[in-house]
Amino acid sequence: MTAPLLITGGRLVDPSQGLDAVGDLLLVDGKVAAIGGQIAGPDGAQRVDAKGLVVAPGFIDVHVHLREPGREEVETVATGAHAAVAGGFTAVCAMPNTKPVTDNQATVGFVKRQGEAAGFARVYPYGAITVGQMGETLAEFGEMVAAGAVAVSDDGKPVENSHIMRTALEYAQTFGIPVVEHCEVMALAHGGAMHEGTVSARLGLKGIPGEAEEIDVIRCILLAKLTKGHIHLCHLSTKGSVDLVRWGKDQGVNVTAEVCSHHISLTHEAVEGYNTNAKMNPPLRTAEDVAALQQGVKDGTIDLLVTDHAPHHYDEKEREFPDAPNGIVGLETALGVNMTWLVERGVLTIPQLVDRMSTRPAKVFHLPGGSLAKGRLADVTLFDPARRWTVDAAQFKSKGRNTPYGGQTLTGQAVCTIVGGRVVHQLDR
Amino acid sequence: MTILGKDLLGLAGLSREQVTTILDVAEPLRAISERAIKKVPTLRGMTVVNLFFEPSTRTRISFEFAEKRMSADTVNVATAASSVSKGETLVDTARNLEAMRIDMVVIRHPHSGAARFLAERIESNVINAGDGTHEHPTQGLLDLLTLREKLGGLEGKRICIVGDVLHSRVARSNIWGLKAMGAQVAVCGPRSLLPGAIRELGVEVFDRIEAAIEWADALNILRLQLERMQLGYIPSLREYNRVFGVTRARLERAPRDLIILHPGPMNRGVEIDSDVADGPHSVILEQVTNGVAVRMAVLYLLAGNAPALADAAKGATV
Repeated sequence: MTAPLLITGGRLVDPSQGLDAVGDLLLVDGKVAAIGGQIAGPDGAQRVDAKGLVVAPGFIDVHVHLREPGREEVETVATGAHAAVAGGFTAVCAMPNTKPVTDNQATVGFVKRQGEAAGFARVYPYGAITVGQMGETLAEFGEMVAAGAVAVSDDGKPVENSHIMRTALEYAQTFGIPVVEHCEVMALAHGGAMHEGTVSARLGLKGIPGEAEEIDVIRCILLAKLTKGHIHLCHLSTKGSVDLVRWGKDQGVNVTAEVCSHHISLTHEAVEGYNTNAKMNPPLRTAEDVAALQQGVKDGTIDLLVTDHAPHHYDEKEREFPDAPNGIVGLETALGVNMTWLVERGVLTIPQLVDRMSTRPAKVFHLPGGSLAKGRLADVTLFDPARRWTVDAAQFKSKGRNTPYGGQTLTGQAVCTIVGGRVVHQLDR
Repeated sequence: MTILGKDLLGLAGLSREQVTTILDVAEPLRAISERAIKKVPTLRGMTVVNLFFEPSTRTRISFEFAEKRMSADTVNVATAASSVSKGETLVDTARNLEAMRIDMVVIRHPHSGAARFLAERIESNVINAGDGTHEHPTQGLLDLLTLREKLGGLEGKRICIVGDVLHSRVARSNIWGLKAMGAQVAVCGPRSLLPGAIRELGVEVFDRIEAAIEWADALNILRLQLERMQLGYIPSLREYNRVFGVTRARLERAPRDLIILHPGPMNRGVEIDSDVADGPHSVILEQVTNGVAVRMAVLYLLAGNAPALADAAKGATV
């Protein structure tokens, strides 16, 4: 057992109990022992001075790619989980598009054990929806859940067959897990390298229209309505998608949704100059879409913020644009990006940001954490909301260096990350 | 730095002065190709690599003539013969060539942005000979030179680009070049072959070829890639010809004589009928002649020569 940890004088922000006040936090035996006011720590307690810092329930990123098993040269569960805590995340959900695909209990168990062995952020595996993510046969949800899977997804591609999606939404209810869809109509998106619009017309790159996402969004909402299952929609990127989710929620459909930090901060203009670090799927869209996504996060239509952390090898991105793979790393920039584009610009308050990065992800995915109430997990993020820092990819704990934010100055950085009452990351200040 | 900078990657962003300079330099250089001894020493000692990742006959030959007539040493690298098929990356290929001490690379590549990608990573001058569906600047320039001569200037002139604009690097280079020179630009073609955001590039759109013909001073007729039909962009070549084909009957109803351009190679009977291609207003072969001159001008300017010396260069012989 680690020594009790007393965090003093920080701004305690815990949306799960509507708390936003300066006070102390005591962690004992991996749990929250006391919160609020002045706490006299037990003998031998380690003390952390949190003056000027926000003390929040640890951030949870329900959408990351850790590449293990199969692409360990790009990222491992350990390096990804290390990057997570460096960015203030105490838990991540690892997508199953590994090699081989995480579509069975053995691989789910392997990912989970790798996470435990690494000892950084908690790693919750996803299982695939279909065997091999081929979209044809349902994977064994029951066994995967027993092995530690917290949700199912074929992320990277959609489940195109509506019968399979319907069945997945029904079957998943047996185990109380969300079905997580990467929304894309492949026939419309095929060969696309960026958002279809003015920039793609100018650069001569094949575009992906927003409708390629939106058609799948409404299909999934309707199937969730039919089945009463829980659909969670990945990385929404368009205004239309936000409108459709809002409609679904108004209808009482069990639909939740996420947005990536890059989609609330960057537009397709970032691709200018064929910047492969601005290439991702779904692509960066227009300023109007960015504004609608920000609004969706603010009004709760979009439940939570994610990174879609997708490390790639330098050589893979150092290529002609259409040949470069999709995706960027995000774990170590997400807090700064969200603080800079959402909080600093007045879209969200700090408690709202903590809600979208911790409390809601825990709630939507039925995960422990997301709360600093007495007796809950001692997963805590201390961050400096005013600290300005410049992104230097060479300093990342992730093996991935593929960020569009390199050289940019962001506001807000994780200072101390605590998992199970143990300090697993501390910023050198 | 030359008037063009290090590279010629596209016509987007070039100023009217820059385009005018290239055309003004190209005009006198054209005479070199008309002489018995078609050679000047201007680029003697320079090594140019023609790096072609896509099949090309006329552009590659045109560049090669331009290089040789200016006395550059040239090497042609085509995909099949290159190490690219062995998995080497574009950067490695180019850096290896550069290690052999070359001065310029002319690149043709199936991917948009490839020329720029290369230019940012090597020190040699890079000339884009067509990158994906992005730009083909020397084709744009030769079209401008031809049009400027035939129309007596470009300011206020109306040029309509006809056909598969969506997949055309020639169309994009034409749009930027013509607009820089003050011309009015329109496009005409099936909506399924026009970018949705085409109007935001500052061009007019005609759905009917008849209306385009009535409006225009010149038509630049794009090649229709025959595989567009298989990919579902148009129902048939037959219907394409019936709706968008430039025919003599359609041209005869025009209020004025139109100049007819085509970047080649032509699909006779699809986008252009033979009696138009071979007719009195076709300048298609003059485009080809001008292509060599324009490429000589670009090589000449990127090599750091002053525009005013072009006339002198013309006079010199080996």
